[in-house]
Amino acid sequence: MTKAQLSIRHLLGIKEMSSSDINIIFQTADEFKDVINRPIKKVPSLRDVTIANLFFENSTRTRISFELAEKRLSADVVNFSASSSSVKKGETLLDTVMNILSMKVDMIVMRHPSPGAHHFLARKVDATIINAGDGTHEHPTQALLDAFSIRENFSTFKGLNVAIIGDIKHSRVALSNLFCLKKLGANVRLCGPSTLIPKHIEELGADVSFNVQETLEWADVANVLRIQLERQQSGYFPSLREYQMHFGISMSMLDKLREVPLIMHPGPMNRGLEISSSVADSDYSIILDQVENGVAVRMAVLYLLAGQRA
Amino acid sequence: MSKILLQKNKFNLTLRRLSQELLENHGNFSNTCIIGIQPRGTYLSNRIRSLLLMENPQLILEYGLLDITFHRDDFRLRAKPLQPHPTEINFVTEAKRVILIDDVLYTGRTIQAALAAINHFGRPSEVELLVLIDRRFNRHLPIQADYTGLRVDALNEAYVRVDWEEDGSEREVLLFSAKNEEI
Repeated sequence: MTKAQLSIRHLLGIKEMSSSDINIIFQTADEFKDVINRPIKKVPSLRDVTIANLFFENSTRTRISFELAEKRLSADVVNFSASSSSVKKGETLLDTVMNILSMKVDMIVMRHPSPGAHHFLARKVDATIINAGDGTHEHPTQALLDAFSIRENFSTFKGLNVAIIGDIKHSRVALSNLFCLKKLGANVRLCGPSTLIPKHIEELGADVSFNVQETLEWADVANVLRIQLERQQSGYFPSLREYQMHFGISMSMLDKLREVPLIMHPGPMNRGLEISSSVADSDYSIILDQVENGVAVRMAVLYLLAGQRA
Repeated sequence: MSKILLQKNKFNLTLRRLSQELLENHGNFSNTCIIGIQPRGTYLSNRIRSLLLMENPQLILEYGLLDITFHRDDFRLRAKPLQPHPTEINFVTEAKRVILIDDVLYTGRTIQAALAAINHFGRPSEVELLVLIDRRFNRHLPIQADYTGLRVDALNEAYVRVDWEEDGSEREVLLFSAKNEEI
Protein backbone atom coordinates (compact mmCIF):
# COMPACT_ATOMS: atom_id res chain seq x y z
CA MET A 1 0.00 0.00 0.00
CA THR A 2 1.40 3.38 -1.00
CA LYS A 3 2.01 5.92 1.71
CA ALA A 4 1.02 9.51 1.16
CA GLN A 5 3.80 11.54 2.66
CA LEU A 6 3.62 15.32 2.60
CA SER A 7 6.83 17.27 3.19
CA ILE A 8 4.98 19.76 5.40
CA ARG A 9 3.44 19.51 8.87
CA HIS A 10 1.29 22.64 8.62
CA LEU A 11 -0.42 24.20 5.62
CA LEU A 12 0.88 27.75 5.95
CA GLY A 13 1.20 28.64 2.30
CA ILE A 14 1.79 27.15 -1.13
CA LYS A 15 5.27 28.66 -1.13
CA GLU A 16 6.52 26.04 1.35
CA MET A 17 5.03 23.10 -0.59
CA SER A 18 6.57 20.89 -3.27
CA SER A 19 4.82 19.93 -6.49
CA SER A 20 4.66 16.36 -5.23
CA ASP A 21 2.80 17.56 -2.09
CA ILE A 22 0.29 19.25 -4.37
CA ASN A 23 -0.15 16.12 -6.46
CA ILE A 24 -0.65 13.90 -3.40
CA ILE A 25 -3.40 16.30 -2.26
CA PHE A 26 -5.04 16.13 -5.71
CA GLN A 27 -4.97 12.32 -5.81
CA THR A 28 -6.50 12.14 -2.34
CA ALA A 29 -9.09 14.79 -3.23
CA ASP A 30 -10.16 12.67 -6.25
CA GLU A 31 -11.30 9.96 -3.85
CA PHE A 32 -12.96 12.43 -1.48
CA LYS A 33 -14.88 13.95 -4.39
CA ASP A 34 -16.24 10.47 -5.01
CA VAL A 35 -17.16 10.15 -1.31
CA ILE A 36 -19.09 13.46 -1.17
CA ASN A 37 -21.13 12.48 -4.21
CA ARG A 38 -22.45 9.33 -2.53
CA PRO A 39 -25.78 9.23 -0.70
CA ILE A 40 -23.81 8.82 2.57
CA LYS A 41 -21.19 11.56 2.40
CA LYS A 42 -19.34 10.78 5.58
CA VAL A 43 -16.28 8.69 6.43
CA PRO A 44 -14.93 8.00 9.93
CA SER A 45 -11.25 8.88 9.37
CA LEU A 46 -10.94 11.83 11.78
CA ARG A 47 -13.31 10.58 14.47
CA ASP A 48 -10.72 11.15 17.23
CA VAL A 49 -9.63 14.59 16.02
CA THR A 50 -10.87 17.94 17.31
CA ILE A 51 -10.56 20.95 15.04
CA ALA A 52 -11.04 24.62 15.94
CA ASN A 53 -12.01 27.02 13.17
CA LEU A 54 -10.73 30.44 14.17
CA PHE A 55 -12.00 33.20 11.93
CA PHE A 56 -10.61 36.60 12.82
CA GLU A 57 -11.98 37.92 9.53
CA ASN A 58 -15.34 37.45 7.80
CA SER A 59 -15.92 34.48 5.57
CA THR A 60 -18.88 32.49 4.30
CA ARG A 61 -17.66 30.08 1.66
CA THR A 62 -14.31 29.12 3.14
CA ARG A 63 -15.72 28.66 6.58
CA ILE A 64 -18.69 26.55 5.52
CA SER A 65 -16.46 24.57 3.20
CA PHE A 66 -13.95 23.80 5.95
CA GLU A 67 -16.69 22.95 8.40
CA LEU A 68 -18.39 20.58 5.95
CA ALA A 69 -15.05 18.97 5.13
CA GLU A 70 -14.34 18.45 8.84
CA LYS A 71 -17.80 17.06 9.55
CA ARG A 72 -17.66 14.69 6.58
CA LEU A 73 -14.44 13.32 8.00
CA SER A 74 -16.23 12.84 11.36
CA ALA A 75 -14.02 15.31 13.25
CA ASP A 76 -15.32 17.24 16.24
CA VAL A 77 -15.58 20.91 15.32
CA VAL A 78 -15.62 24.13 17.33
CA ASN A 79 -16.15 27.50 15.70
CA PHE A 80 -14.92 30.86 16.77
CA SER A 81 -15.32 34.27 15.24
CA ALA A 82 -13.48 37.34 16.40
CA SER A 83 -16.58 39.53 16.50
CA SER A 84 -18.16 37.54 19.35
CA SER A 85 -15.11 36.69 21.46
CA SER A 86 -12.57 37.88 23.98
CA VAL A 87 -10.44 39.28 21.17
CA LYS A 88 -12.70 42.31 21.53
CA LYS A 89 -11.59 42.52 25.16
CA GLY A 90 -7.95 42.81 24.14
CA GLU A 91 -6.65 39.26 24.32
CA THR A 92 -3.59 38.53 22.15
CA LEU A 93 -3.65 35.97 19.34
CA LEU A 94 -1.25 33.66 21.15
CA ASP A 95 -3.29 33.76 24.37
CA THR A 96 -6.52 33.05 22.49
CA VAL A 97 -4.97 30.08 20.74
CA MET A 98 -3.21 28.72 23.84
CA ASN A 99 -6.50 28.82 25.72
CA ILE A 100 -8.28 26.93 22.99
CA LEU A 101 -5.47 24.38 22.77
CA SER A 102 -5.60 23.65 26.50
CA MET A 103 -9.07 22.30 25.82
CA LYS A 104 -7.31 19.56 23.81
CA VAL A 105 -7.72 20.69 20.23
CA ASP A 106 -5.58 18.90 17.61
CA MET A 107 -5.83 21.16 14.57
CA ILE A 108 -6.46 24.82 13.95
CA VAL A 109 -7.95 26.27 10.80
CA MET A 110 -7.42 30.00 10.93
CA ARG A 111 -8.15 33.13 8.94
CA HIS A 112 -6.38 36.22 10.20
CA PRO A 113 -5.99 39.76 8.83
CA SER A 114 -2.23 39.87 9.55
CA PRO A 115 0.07 38.32 6.95
CA GLY A 116 2.32 35.74 8.63
CA ALA A 117 0.04 35.15 11.65
CA HIS A 118 0.08 31.42 10.86
CA HIS A 119 3.85 31.23 10.61
CA PHE A 120 4.06 32.89 14.00
CA LEU A 121 1.62 30.41 15.56
CA ALA A 122 3.29 27.38 13.98
CA ARG A 123 6.49 28.29 15.80
CA LYS A 124 4.72 28.67 19.13
CA VAL A 125 2.21 25.82 19.37
CA ASP A 126 2.11 22.07 18.85
CA ALA A 127 -1.18 21.79 16.98
CA THR A 128 -1.35 21.48 13.19
CA ILE A 129 -2.10 24.87 11.65
CA ILE A 130 -4.03 25.34 8.42
CA ASN A 131 -4.09 28.74 6.77
CA ALA A 132 -7.55 29.79 5.59
CA GLY A 133 -6.25 33.20 4.51
CA ASP A 134 -3.75 35.56 6.12
CA GLY A 135 -4.19 39.21 5.15
CA THR A 136 -2.94 39.90 1.63
CA HIS A 137 -0.42 37.04 1.84
CA GLU A 138 -1.69 33.54 1.04
CA HIS A 139 -4.89 31.48 0.81
CA PRO A 140 -3.46 28.05 0.05
CA THR A 141 -6.62 25.92 0.01
CA GLN A 142 -8.22 28.31 -2.50
CA ALA A 143 -5.21 27.92 -4.81
CA LEU A 144 -5.34 24.13 -4.42
CA LEU A 145 -9.03 23.96 -5.25
CA ASP A 146 -8.57 26.32 -8.21
CA ALA A 147 -5.78 24.15 -9.60
CA PHE A 148 -7.79 20.99 -8.86
CA SER A 149 -10.69 22.44 -10.87
CA ILE A 150 -8.36 23.32 -13.75
CA ARG A 151 -6.97 19.78 -13.65
CA GLU A 152 -10.48 18.39 -14.20
CA ASN A 153 -10.65 20.26 -17.51
CA PHE A 154 -7.12 19.93 -18.89
CA SER A 155 -4.87 16.89 -19.07
CA THR A 156 -1.73 18.71 -17.95
CA PHE A 157 -0.53 21.97 -16.41
CA LYS A 158 2.64 21.99 -18.50
CA GLY A 159 2.43 24.91 -20.90
CA LEU A 160 -1.13 25.81 -19.88
CA ASN A 161 -1.81 29.57 -19.99
CA VAL A 162 -3.59 30.84 -16.90
CA ALA A 163 -4.55 34.49 -16.50
CA ILE A 164 -5.38 36.04 -13.14
CA ILE A 165 -7.38 39.20 -13.70
CA GLY A 166 -8.26 41.97 -11.25
CA ASP A 167 -6.91 43.31 -7.97
CA ILE A 168 -3.61 41.42 -7.72
CA LYS A 169 -2.11 43.74 -5.13
CA HIS A 170 -4.56 42.99 -2.32
CA SER A 171 -5.32 39.40 -3.26
CA ARG A 172 -4.04 36.44 -1.28
CA VAL A 173 -5.77 34.23 -3.83
CA ALA A 174 -3.60 35.68 -6.60
CA LEU A 175 -0.35 35.05 -4.76
CA SER A 176 -1.20 31.49 -3.74
CA ASN A 177 -2.47 30.73 -7.23
CA LEU A 178 0.71 32.09 -8.75
CA PHE A 179 2.92 29.90 -6.52
CA CYS A 180 0.75 26.84 -7.09
CA LEU A 181 0.44 27.14 -10.87
CA LYS A 182 4.15 27.86 -11.35
CA LYS A 183 5.05 24.78 -9.28
CA LEU A 184 2.78 22.69 -11.51
CA GLY A 185 4.38 24.05 -14.69
CA ALA A 186 1.71 26.46 -15.99
CA ASN A 187 2.36 29.90 -17.49
CA VAL A 188 0.79 32.66 -15.42
CA ARG A 189 -0.15 36.15 -16.58
CA LEU A 190 -1.43 38.79 -14.19
CA CYS A 191 -3.73 41.44 -15.60
CA GLY A 192 -5.38 44.50 -14.08
CA PRO A 193 -4.99 48.25 -13.65
CA SER A 194 -1.34 49.19 -13.08
CA THR A 195 -2.16 50.54 -9.62
CA LEU A 196 -3.41 47.11 -8.54
CA ILE A 197 -0.42 45.09 -9.75
CA PRO A 198 2.54 45.05 -7.34
CA LYS A 199 5.86 46.24 -8.73
CA HIS A 200 8.47 43.53 -9.40
CA ILE A 201 5.86 40.75 -9.27
CA GLU A 202 7.56 39.41 -12.46
CA GLU A 203 10.35 38.21 -10.16
CA LEU A 204 7.96 35.44 -9.05
CA GLY A 205 7.72 34.15 -12.61
CA ALA A 206 4.55 35.80 -13.90
CA ASP A 207 3.96 37.97 -16.98
CA VAL A 208 2.12 41.20 -16.50
CA SER A 209 -0.39 42.73 -18.89
CA PHE A 210 -2.69 45.72 -18.69
CA ASN A 211 -4.81 44.65 -21.64
CA VAL A 212 -7.70 42.34 -20.77
CA GLN A 213 -8.78 41.52 -24.33
CA GLU A 214 -5.27 40.46 -25.28
CA THR A 215 -4.91 38.45 -22.06
CA LEU A 216 -8.18 36.60 -22.67
CA GLU A 217 -7.01 35.75 -26.20
CA TRP A 218 -3.81 34.28 -24.75
CA ALA A 219 -5.40 32.39 -21.87
CA ASP A 220 -6.70 28.82 -21.59
CA VAL A 221 -8.06 29.68 -18.17
CA ALA A 222 -9.06 33.09 -16.77
CA ASN A 223 -9.37 33.41 -13.01
CA VAL A 224 -11.27 36.63 -12.33
CA LEU A 225 -10.75 38.17 -8.90
CA ARG A 226 -13.14 40.20 -6.83
CA ILE A 227 -12.71 43.95 -6.73
CA GLN A 228 -12.64 44.74 -3.07
CA LEU A 229 -15.03 47.66 -2.95
CA GLU A 230 -13.29 49.22 0.02
CA ARG A 231 -10.20 49.73 -2.17
CA GLN A 232 -11.99 52.14 -4.40
CA GLN A 233 -12.06 54.69 -1.59
CA SER A 234 -8.27 54.74 -1.45
CA GLY A 235 -7.95 55.91 -5.04
CA TYR A 236 -6.49 52.88 -6.80
CA PHE A 237 -8.86 53.53 -9.71
CA PRO A 238 -11.13 56.48 -10.52
CA SER A 239 -14.54 54.79 -10.30
CA LEU A 240 -16.18 51.39 -10.24
CA ARG A 241 -17.83 52.18 -13.54
CA GLU A 242 -14.51 52.90 -15.15
CA TYR A 243 -13.08 49.66 -13.76
CA GLN A 244 -16.05 47.74 -15.12
CA MET A 245 -15.64 49.31 -18.58
CA HIS A 246 -11.94 48.48 -18.85
CA PHE A 247 -11.46 45.32 -16.81
CA GLY A 248 -14.91 43.79 -16.27
CA ILE A 249 -15.32 40.50 -18.19
CA SER A 250 -18.38 40.74 -20.41
CA MET A 251 -19.95 38.48 -23.01
CA SER A 252 -19.10 40.95 -25.78
CA MET A 253 -15.42 40.52 -24.90
CA LEU A 254 -15.68 36.73 -25.05
CA ASP A 255 -17.57 36.92 -28.37
CA LYS A 256 -14.53 38.49 -29.99
CA LEU A 257 -12.23 35.62 -29.04
CA ARG A 258 -11.20 32.75 -31.29
CA GLU A 259 -11.38 30.42 -28.32
CA VAL A 260 -13.00 31.29 -25.01
CA PRO A 261 -11.00 30.38 -21.91
CA LEU A 262 -12.42 28.58 -18.91
CA ILE A 263 -13.79 31.25 -16.55
CA MET A 264 -13.14 30.97 -12.81
CA HIS A 265 -13.88 33.21 -9.84
CA PRO A 266 -12.98 32.52 -6.21
CA GLY A 267 -16.08 34.37 -4.96
CA PRO A 268 -17.80 36.35 -3.66
CA MET A 269 -18.68 37.84 -7.04
CA ASN A 270 -19.63 41.44 -7.70
CA ARG A 271 -21.95 40.72 -10.61
CA GLY A 272 -21.84 43.46 -13.21
CA LEU A 273 -18.49 44.75 -11.92
CA GLU A 274 -15.50 42.44 -12.46
CA ILE A 275 -17.66 39.83 -14.18
CA SER A 276 -21.02 40.17 -15.91
CA SER A 277 -23.89 37.87 -15.01
CA SER A 278 -24.05 36.45 -18.51
CA VAL A 279 -20.40 35.32 -18.24
CA ALA A 280 -20.70 34.03 -14.67
CA ASP A 281 -23.73 31.91 -15.61
CA SER A 282 -22.41 30.78 -19.00
CA ASP A 283 -21.13 27.34 -19.94
CA TYR A 284 -17.59 28.71 -19.89
CA SER A 285 -17.80 29.26 -16.16
CA ILE A 286 -16.79 26.58 -13.63
CA ILE A 287 -17.43 28.76 -10.60
CA LEU A 288 -19.81 26.34 -8.89
CA ASP A 289 -17.49 23.39 -9.63
CA GLN A 290 -14.81 25.30 -7.75
CA VAL A 291 -17.07 25.49 -4.71
CA GLU A 292 -17.86 21.77 -4.88
CA ASN A 293 -14.19 20.88 -5.27
CA GLY A 294 -13.37 23.10 -2.30
CA VAL A 295 -14.88 20.59 0.10
CA ALA A 296 -13.05 17.61 -1.44
CA VAL A 297 -9.69 19.43 -1.51
CA ARG A 298 -10.06 20.58 2.10
CA MET A 299 -10.98 17.04 3.16
CA ALA A 300 -7.77 15.84 1.51
CA VAL A 301 -5.66 18.50 3.26
CA LEU A 302 -7.19 17.74 6.68
CA TYR A 303 -6.89 13.99 6.17
CA LEU A 304 -3.27 14.09 5.08
CA LEU A 305 -2.12 16.51 7.77
CA ALA A 306 -4.07 14.76 10.56
CA GLY A 307 -2.53 11.44 9.54
CA GLN A 308 1.00 12.76 9.89
CA ARG A 309 0.64 13.80 13.50
CA ALA A 310 1.23 10.56 15.35
CA MET B 1 14.09 -16.42 3.95
CA SER B 2 11.03 -17.05 1.87
CA LYS B 3 9.06 -20.20 1.26
CA ILE B 4 6.71 -20.83 -1.65
CA LEU B 5 3.21 -21.56 -0.40
CA LEU B 6 1.56 -21.87 -3.81
CA GLN B 7 3.30 -22.46 -7.12
CA LYS B 8 1.79 -21.29 -10.38
CA ASN B 9 0.04 -24.62 -11.13
CA LYS B 10 -1.45 -25.10 -7.72
CA PHE B 11 -2.29 -21.39 -7.57
CA ASN B 12 -4.28 -21.79 -10.77
CA LEU B 13 -6.07 -24.88 -9.47
CA THR B 14 -6.98 -23.05 -6.27
CA LEU B 15 -8.47 -20.12 -8.19
CA ARG B 16 -10.50 -22.52 -10.34
CA ARG B 17 -11.80 -24.29 -7.26
CA LEU B 18 -12.80 -20.98 -5.67
CA SER B 19 -14.73 -19.89 -8.76
CA GLN B 20 -16.45 -23.30 -8.93
CA GLU B 21 -17.54 -22.88 -5.32
CA LEU B 22 -18.97 -19.47 -6.15
CA LEU B 23 -20.86 -20.87 -9.14
CA GLU B 24 -22.23 -23.67 -6.98
CA ASN B 25 -23.61 -21.23 -4.38
CA HIS B 26 -24.66 -18.32 -6.59
CA GLY B 27 -25.81 -19.99 -9.82
CA ASN B 28 -26.34 -17.30 -12.46
CA PHE B 29 -25.41 -14.43 -10.08
CA SER B 30 -28.79 -12.76 -10.72
CA ASN B 31 -28.88 -11.15 -7.27
CA THR B 32 -25.18 -11.34 -6.41
CA CYS B 33 -22.42 -8.79 -6.86
CA ILE B 34 -18.66 -9.16 -6.50
CA ILE B 35 -16.56 -6.48 -4.82
CA GLY B 36 -12.76 -6.56 -4.70
CA ILE B 37 -10.96 -4.70 -1.92
CA GLN B 38 -8.39 -2.13 -3.04
CA PRO B 39 -5.52 -2.37 -3.67
CA ARG B 40 -4.28 -5.99 -3.42
CA GLY B 41 -7.64 -7.74 -3.40
CA THR B 42 -8.50 -6.45 -6.86
CA TYR B 43 -5.93 -8.68 -8.60
CA LEU B 44 -7.71 -11.67 -7.13
CA SER B 45 -11.20 -10.36 -7.83
CA ASN B 46 -10.29 -9.53 -11.44
CA ARG B 47 -8.96 -13.05 -11.91
CA ILE B 48 -11.97 -14.71 -10.27
CA ARG B 49 -14.26 -12.60 -12.41
CA SER B 50 -12.55 -13.66 -15.63
CA LEU B 51 -12.60 -17.32 -14.57
CA LEU B 52 -16.35 -17.07 -13.90
CA LEU B 53 -16.93 -15.49 -17.30
CA MET B 54 -14.77 -18.13 -18.95
CA GLU B 55 -16.93 -20.81 -17.36
CA ASN B 56 -20.17 -19.10 -18.36
CA PRO B 57 -19.78 -16.32 -20.97
CA GLN B 58 -23.50 -15.45 -20.68
CA LEU B 59 -23.05 -14.45 -17.06
CA ILE B 60 -24.04 -10.85 -16.22
CA LEU B 61 -21.85 -9.93 -13.26
CA GLU B 62 -22.18 -6.80 -11.18
CA TYR B 63 -18.60 -6.07 -10.30
CA GLY B 64 -17.00 -3.29 -8.25
CA LEU B 65 -13.85 -2.21 -6.44
CA LEU B 66 -13.95 -0.86 -2.90
CA ASP B 67 -11.34 1.31 -1.19
CA ILE B 68 -11.40 1.17 2.59
CA THR B 69 -8.62 3.68 3.35
CA PHE B 70 -10.95 6.23 4.97
CA HIS B 71 -12.60 3.54 7.12
CA ARG B 72 -9.44 2.02 8.62
CA ASP B 73 -9.24 1.95 12.40
CA ASP B 74 -5.46 2.48 12.47
CA PHE B 75 -5.44 5.98 10.96
CA ARG B 76 -3.17 8.20 13.11
CA LEU B 77 -1.57 5.11 14.63
CA ARG B 78 0.54 4.78 11.51
CA ALA B 79 3.47 7.10 10.92
CA LYS B 80 2.03 8.28 7.59
CA PRO B 81 -1.46 8.16 6.08
CA LEU B 82 -2.12 5.75 3.21
CA GLN B 83 -2.82 6.90 -0.32
CA PRO B 84 -6.43 6.07 -1.18
CA HIS B 85 -7.36 4.15 -4.33
CA PRO B 86 -10.47 4.62 -6.47
CA THR B 87 -13.74 3.07 -5.38
CA GLU B 88 -15.65 1.93 -8.46
CA ILE B 89 -19.09 0.72 -7.53
CA ASN B 90 -21.69 1.75 -10.09
CA PHE B 91 -24.62 -0.11 -8.57
CA VAL B 92 -26.41 -0.27 -5.24
CA THR B 93 -25.93 -3.23 -2.94
CA GLU B 94 -29.37 -2.85 -1.35
CA ALA B 95 -30.90 -6.29 -0.77
CA LYS B 96 -28.19 -8.00 -2.81
CA ARG B 97 -25.82 -10.79 -1.91
CA VAL B 98 -22.33 -9.34 -1.84
CA ILE B 99 -19.12 -11.34 -2.20
CA LEU B 100 -16.15 -9.44 -0.80
CA ILE B 101 -12.78 -10.51 -2.15
CA ASP B 102 -9.36 -9.91 -0.62
CA ASP B 103 -6.03 -11.69 -1.03
CA VAL B 104 -4.94 -12.31 2.57
CA LEU B 105 -7.17 -12.51 5.67
CA TYR B 106 -4.96 -11.68 8.63
CA THR B 107 -6.19 -9.63 11.62
CA GLY B 108 -9.68 -9.13 10.12
CA ARG B 109 -9.47 -5.35 10.49
CA THR B 110 -9.51 -4.70 6.75
CA ILE B 111 -12.70 -6.74 6.44
CA GLN B 112 -14.24 -4.90 9.39
CA ALA B 113 -13.53 -1.61 7.59
CA ALA B 114 -14.90 -3.03 4.33
CA LEU B 115 -18.13 -4.07 6.05
CA ALA B 116 -18.53 -0.49 7.29
CA ALA B 117 -17.63 1.02 3.91
CA ILE B 118 -20.02 -1.21 1.97
CA ASN B 119 -22.97 0.26 3.86
CA HIS B 120 -22.49 3.48 1.87
CA PHE B 121 -23.89 1.65 -1.13
CA GLY B 122 -26.98 0.14 0.47
CA ARG B 123 -27.87 -2.61 2.91
CA PRO B 124 -26.89 -5.97 1.44
CA SER B 125 -29.09 -8.96 2.25
CA GLU B 126 -25.96 -11.02 2.88
CA VAL B 127 -22.20 -10.52 2.73
CA GLU B 128 -19.77 -13.35 2.06
CA LEU B 129 -15.99 -13.27 2.13
CA LEU B 130 -13.60 -14.95 -0.28
CA VAL B 131 -9.87 -14.92 0.45
CA LEU B 132 -6.91 -16.63 -1.15
CA ILE B 133 -4.89 -17.00 2.07
CA ASP B 134 -6.37 -17.33 5.55
CA ARG B 135 -3.81 -16.76 8.34
CA ARG B 136 -6.16 -18.33 10.81
CA PHE B 137 -4.26 -17.92 14.08
CA ASN B 138 -3.64 -14.18 13.78
CA ARG B 139 -7.15 -12.81 14.03
CA HIS B 140 -8.01 -9.76 16.18
CA LEU B 141 -11.73 -9.92 15.44
CA PRO B 142 -14.38 -12.63 15.05
CA ILE B 143 -14.30 -12.61 11.25
CA GLN B 144 -14.11 -15.75 9.08
CA ALA B 145 -13.96 -16.38 5.35
CA ASP B 146 -16.69 -18.30 3.52
CA TYR B 147 -14.36 -19.36 0.71
CA THR B 148 -10.68 -19.97 1.38
CA GLY B 149 -7.88 -20.82 -1.03
CA LEU B 150 -5.29 -21.92 1.48
CA ARG B 151 -5.00 -21.87 5.26
CA VAL B 152 -1.62 -20.81 6.59
CA ASP B 153 -0.34 -21.12 10.13
CA ALA B 154 2.43 -18.58 10.58
CA LEU B 155 3.95 -16.46 13.28
CA ASN B 156 2.85 -12.88 13.74
CA GLU B 157 6.19 -11.61 12.44
CA ALA B 158 5.78 -13.52 9.18
CA TYR B 159 4.50 -11.94 6.02
CA VAL B 160 2.53 -13.45 3.15
CA ARG B 161 2.86 -11.96 -0.31
CA VAL B 162 0.72 -12.85 -3.31
CA ASP B 163 2.45 -12.21 -6.64
CA TRP B 164 0.68 -11.72 -9.95
CA GLU B 165 1.99 -11.64 -13.52
CA GLU B 166 1.78 -8.38 -15.42
CA ASP B 167 -1.15 -9.67 -17.51
CA GLY B 168 -3.13 -10.27 -14.28
CA SER B 169 -2.62 -14.03 -14.16
CA GLU B 170 -1.30 -15.81 -11.09
CA ARG B 171 2.42 -16.30 -10.34
CA GLU B 172 3.02 -17.58 -6.80
CA VAL B 173 2.35 -17.03 -3.10
CA LEU B 174 5.34 -16.54 -0.81
CA LEU B 175 5.78 -16.69 2.96
CA PHE B 176 8.54 -14.56 4.48
CA SER B 177 9.67 -15.30 8.01
CA ALA B 178 9.89 -11.60 8.92
CA LYS B 179 8.30 -8.54 7.40
CA ASN B 180 11.51 -6.67 6.64
CA GLU B 181 12.73 -9.55 4.46
CA GLU B 182 9.90 -8.87 2.10
CA ILE B 183 12.08 -7.46 -0.68
